[in-house]
Amino acid sequence: MRKLALSDDILLSVEKPSRYIGGEYNAYNKDPDSVEVNAVFCFPDVYEIGTANLGMQIIYEQFNRREDAYCDRVYSPWTDLDQIMRERKIPLFAVESQRPVRDFDLLLITLQYEMCYTNVLQILDLSGIPLHAEDRTQEDPIVIGGGACAYNPEPMAAFFDVFYLGEAETRYDTVVEVLKACKARNSTRQETLEALAEIPGLYVPQFYQVTYHEDGTIASFTSTNPHAPAVVKKEFCIRKDSESSDMDDSLPYPLRPIVPLSRGMMDRATLEVMRGCIRGCRFCQAGMIYRPTRNRSLDFLKKAAVSMLESTGYDELNISSLATSDYSDFREFMEFILPYCEEHKINIGVPSLRIDSFELDVMGKIQDIKKSSLTFAPEAGSQRLRDIINKGLTEEEILEGARKAFEGGWNKVKLYFMLGQPFETEEDVRAIPVLANEIARVYYETVPKEKRQGRVQIQASTSFFVPKPFTPFQWAPMLTAEEFTKKAWLVKDTMREQLNKKSLVYHYHDDNQTELEGLFARGDRKLSTLIEEAYKRGCMYDAWGDHMKYDVWLRVMEEQGITFEFYNYRERPLDEILPWDFIDIGVTKRFLMREWENARAGKVTPHCRKECSGCGMRKYHGGVCIEDKTEIQ
Amino acid sequence: MKIRLKFSKQGSLRFIGHLDVMRYFQKLNRRAKLDIKYSKGFSPHQEMSFATPLGLGLSSDGEYVDIEFNTVPGKEELLRRMNEVSLPELRITDACLLPDDAKNAMSLLEAADYTLKFREGYEPWISRGNGEGVFEGIEDFFEKFEKFLSQPSILTEKKTKTSVKEVDLARQIRLYERREDAVFLRVDTGSASNLKPELVMETFFRTCGAAYNELTFTINRDELYGEESGRLLPLIGYGTDF
Repeated sequence: MRKLALSDDILLSVEKPSRYIGGEYNAYNKDPDSVEVNAVFCFPDVYEIGTANLGMQIIYEQFNRREDAYCDRVYSPWTDLDQIMRERKIPLFAVESQRPVRDFDLLLITLQYEMCYTNVLQILDLSGIPLHAEDRTQEDPIVIGGGACAYNPEPMAAFFDVFYLGEAETRYDTVVEVLKACKARNSTRQETLEALAEIPGLYVPQFYQVTYHEDGTIASFTSTNPHAPAVVKKEFCIRKDSESSDMDDSLPYPLRPIVPLSRGMMDRATLEVMRGCIRGCRFCQAGMIYRPTRNRSLDFLKKAAVSMLESTGYDELNISSLATSDYSDFREFMEFILPYCEEHKINIGVPSLRIDSFELDVMGKIQDIKKSSLTFAPEAGSQRLRDIINKGLTEEEILEGARKAFEGGWNKVKLYFMLGQPFETEEDVRAIPVLANEIARVYYETVPKEKRQGRVQIQASTSFFVPKPFTPFQWAPMLTAEEFTKKAWLVKDTMREQLNKKSLVYHYHDDNQTELEGLFARGDRKLSTLIEEAYKRGCMYDAWGDHMKYDVWLRVMEEQGITFEFYNYRERPLDEILPWDFIDIGVTKRFLMREWENARAGKVTPHCRKECSGCGMRKYHGGVCIEDKTEIQ
Repeated sequence: MKIRLKFSKQGSLRFIGHLDVMRYFQKLNRRAKLDIKYSKGFSPHQEMSFATPLGLGLSSDGEYVDIEFNTVPGKEELLRRMNEVSLPELRITDACLLPDDAKNAMSLLEAADYTLKFREGYEPWISRGNGEGVFEGIEDFFEKFEKFLSQPSILTEKKTKTSVKEVDLARQIRLYERREDAVFLRVDTGSASNLKPELVMETFFRTCGAAYNELTFTINRDELYGEESGRLLPLIGYGTDF
């Protein structure tokens, strides 16, 4: 039997002990001493959330398919265990080997959302690893950050030795090789970091110096070490020699994913059909940083789907991507997978569909129409604002999609909107309830009285817009919490004025997270003292509404002179050096500026399959950029 | 056709609860590519029924689940296929084919066997505030425990979520044996009368004037029984080989 790091008395006294025992089906369970390089991957949130992450599963596979490497896993201990570990001085351990995290060569931490930053400090702290990269010794692991938030790593720069910028598949093998060589040479920590800094896509923050103007903006950002390049290029998978596919079939993918012992957020297999998105919505970071759009091959998807389902026993398959309908072989893939799933009694989840008749047909097969709802994400209520944000979805398309769905038997519609996007007027806000009302009207027009099963339900939800780096809106001002709340009330009041108000429901999130999320999203190195001090005063699990200690954050901000005015509320001039400007994501700053101007002018930019908009990715000759445009709709 | 499986749950799997065991079996059955019978309806599910949940922290060699199959391979083949895709901590140890009109495991249940071993470092005569000064050593413990059990009636309070009721442990304990340094208990289990070994120990410690620490013993469930004309029959005995 495996020996557990925690004694029975601790495991029996904490909530969900299965979070800490490892031993899941399909886990690799290698002996960390049997390999040359061992790593532990950390998702800085609870186990159930962490295990669902596809990026983590890919890196886990990438390391473990090598004989000379091992990747174990660790998640944030919940607050009950956190307290016990501090009281009894139990070092944080990886779940599979149950070994202390500090004993590993590498600690890879994924940053999926800004609100996990204090949890990163918890992980380091409980592991006994100094919080500051510069205080670490040969005895400590090299701490590497990655994930979407790493595209602006600066607020967390002090706590990481290295950031990996871009997609993991391309360079982690090199990282392992470099580390092996460094170990063989008995390199010092400094030498190892210098060797890592030379790997494309890797950024070692301590090798850079930032100076500031008096107003707090950045004056210069320079490399101080000859091994560290002035500009760090993001890494991404691209295949140039292929006719049909853009992602190489041999890239690591969890074909035998780990099956958590207790129910996770996603008790199902996840199949990524493509990476990137052709649409170019101006608020969307994923739509920019994952360019160009790249398909996975149909053959790979068929093989992967069957392997994942058979090796896990999951009865649900989640088809994942930013806009699944845009996957080139979507129809062919569905024609394969639908009968397979029907035969094996497997449910399919296909988020991010557009509503045309083929897709309605697909949805009718995979959902219980009576119970499920149809989802649209218009993001803005008015056509004017949808043009500004470049959401290529027209009112006609929405109403026509809804009409077809109502004819098909659906009577629930969910609508997602964002409040506070640039140039939004009161009229744009009022347009949200108006659109919801229109959809209800379409229902009553389309479905004759005798066929109606109860009232149609139109559910509108709004979230608050947070400007993100590497988007055309990275210069945009963000609204204050008061302004957001006012807009939400305006939606609420306008809902009540609608003719079909009894069919309309409105939800909005009223929390304090948004302003802090905005702060960290576009923050700079000066924020590290804020994060550290807030953590020391007990901030942790900030993403968990009831654990967020907003008053503590505000107090520390005040003490340190950090303001939302500087980081969130002001429009940033185009010539200001942004904290993330040293990263080259392939998409050019010139393109983002042009898109920012297009937004101001309300000018729509067509999607990548219609017309190349010259974002800068074309020079890499891959994915959607080299598709034959002649045969495209 | 209905198959009854007997399985063990050991090691780190002691820390997963009953719902997770149910989900575990749903996936295990799929991995083993068994021809399970599914319920009708839009979201069909496997027809499975467990004898009784096992408390968190307990291990077991005597867990049971009844599963409906459309077709089933021979017993050895079934066990092999399931164990091949199961974790080492959960083994399918036996199986039988039930008659069509068989009652399910849960409704048959009358008794269970438990073995309680002293957990190292938590022996009640050494430390941890669970009985030191009351028990002088292992022999003294057994002497006092046997005296406690020899009473004609052992009344205690049993707390449930909604109520407190008085029960007589003497009527619910069917068999006690000292097995080297371990306590073996056969107790009532099921819907009519149900006793957990923890309640026996808790009451015993209280009678001795000591606080009971739930970590004193590691507890293993060894077997589950039904009752046929006054005799206990292990649940696996209700079917035939296949």
